[in-house]
Amino acid sequence: MGWYKRRLAKSLWVFHVSGSPCNNCDIEILDLLTPKYDVERFGIKLVGSVRHADVLLVTGVFNQKIAPRIKRIYEQAPKPIFVVAIGTCTSGTCCFKDSYNIVPDREAVIPIDVYVPGCPPKPEAMIEAVAKLIGVLNG
Amino acid sequence: MTENKIPVGPFHPLLEEAEYFELKVEGEMVVDIDMEIGWMHRGHEFISESKAFTQSIYLVERICGICSTSHPLACVHAIEDIDNIEIPMRARYIRTLIGELERVHSHLLWLGLAGHFIGYDTLWMWAWKYREPVLEMFEAISGNRNHYGMMRVGGVAKDVESEKIPHLLQILDEIDRKMEMIAKAAHDDPVLKSRLKGVGVLKKADAIAYCAVGPTARASGLAIDVRKDEPSDAYDLVDFNIVVLPNGDVYDKLVVRLLEIIESNKIIRQCLEQLKTVPGPILNNVKEITPGEGIGRYEAPRGEVFHYIKSDGTNRPVRHKVRAPSYVNIPTFMASCKGIPVADALITLAAVDPCYCCTERALRVVNAGSEHLDLLALSRAKTEQLRREIYGK
Repeated sequence: MGWYKRRLAKSLWVFHVSGSPCNNCDIEILDLLTPKYDVERFGIKLVGSVRHADVLLVTGVFNQKIAPRIKRIYEQAPKPIFVVAIGTCTSGTCCFKDSYNIVPDREAVIPIDVYVPGCPPKPEAMIEAVAKLIGVLNG
Repeated sequence: MTENKIPVGPFHPLLEEAEYFELKVEGEMVVDIDMEIGWMHRGHEFISESKAFTQSIYLVERICGICSTSHPLACVHAIEDIDNIEIPMRARYIRTLIGELERVHSHLLWLGLAGHFIGYDTLWMWAWKYREPVLEMFEAISGNRNHYGMMRVGGVAKDVESEKIPHLLQILDEIDRKMEMIAKAAHDDPVLKSRLKGVGVLKKADAIAYCAVGPTARASGLAIDVRKDEPSDAYDLVDFNIVVLPNGDVYDKLVVRLLEIIESNKIIRQCLEQLKTVPGPILNNVKEITPGEGIGRYEAPRGEVFHYIKSDGTNRPVRHKVRAPSYVNIPTFMASCKGIPVADALITLAAVDPCYCCTERALRVVNAGSEHLDLLALSRAKTEQLRREIYGK
């Protein structure tokens, strides 16, 4: 497992899943790719399929309809995969605690490794989270 | 010929949000389109009824992260409509300033994504690079890049200090220069023109039939804009034009948005100039809301957003209804997507700038774990059962 993790730590490919967010975190994730932040210089690349990904970026407070789909996406991913929860919605519930349509325990849907709170978190915070993940993987 | 269906979504590399489209195709041509939404429904209207008015504003801001001042603004308009609350002059200018800044950032965001959808990533990178100064302005004014939290019943939460204004005007000058460059480049680009001209046409009659709003309607020759039709805040105090183009294709929708950015910059400049001199408080103290009903309208970047609030005299709404612009713009796909090649379908779907987070306000429970309940049949069955028990047959 050690060599595998070290290999992962060189250049992380991320896949982005939106589980009933307000779009803001998603837009900030896309913002990471654009010239101001440009995360590709760290080897972090947004990929089109979860089957190519090392990291799953999840946003939003999952609703009843989307939770099974998110679970399925996680099951499709090659393991090991690291799940980063972006935003207060996924980390806590933001203001949706009283809603009838949300999944109260998001950890029961998919295991989450890193939490990035913030509404929305600043792009710098997201970069820091992934950089810290690389640090942990490198030991 | 057998009918083929192309499923798109709910998670598709090109879709930011989860939504599902089903394109029915004959050869290359799309003959019908169906869609399924509901992946984004979080029950805002329900939660809002258990929150105080000030908390409701925070909540409706989280309906959508892209037009995240339109919903609070329409919401405070609705609450102010119940009691005809006046707002101070300085607050009116600040509201308009925030609203227009948001329009600039939202249109630039769309422009970038549209470029990405047609495989023109240079446009994406450009548009998003020049969107950053707008977010910087937001950060300077409100302290956050998105979700500004500026709206309050009776005014705004934060003032724009006069020492910040020269700096903001300086950023605005830069944005203006870049916008003119992008507008000119997009206008002169032969690839963009030939790719988008005549694609996904929404005729004026269809736009009326489907009640399209916002840039979608204005690109089809319908001159509707809440900012002109029913000016609130400082819109009757500033000078601007609404942009209307006749053709209704994707190219016109792009040009409408580009020209609207330039118009919005004009409004932002006027507001900032006014804020240098307009004195006064920014928030009227509102003690209570009397029983009654109020509606609030605002021209969001995607079109008219509508909020209805019913109050019973307590500090929380009895009913809060939201209708977002995408709710009426999305059905125009039925008119604009039929009879076009599959390759053009995606950009046509993206051209109305659909926002599914805004749209999904209602939930219809179909057969949720139980069978369809026919009360009449149930009642008759019970009579029949009793009759059998009594007569033993």
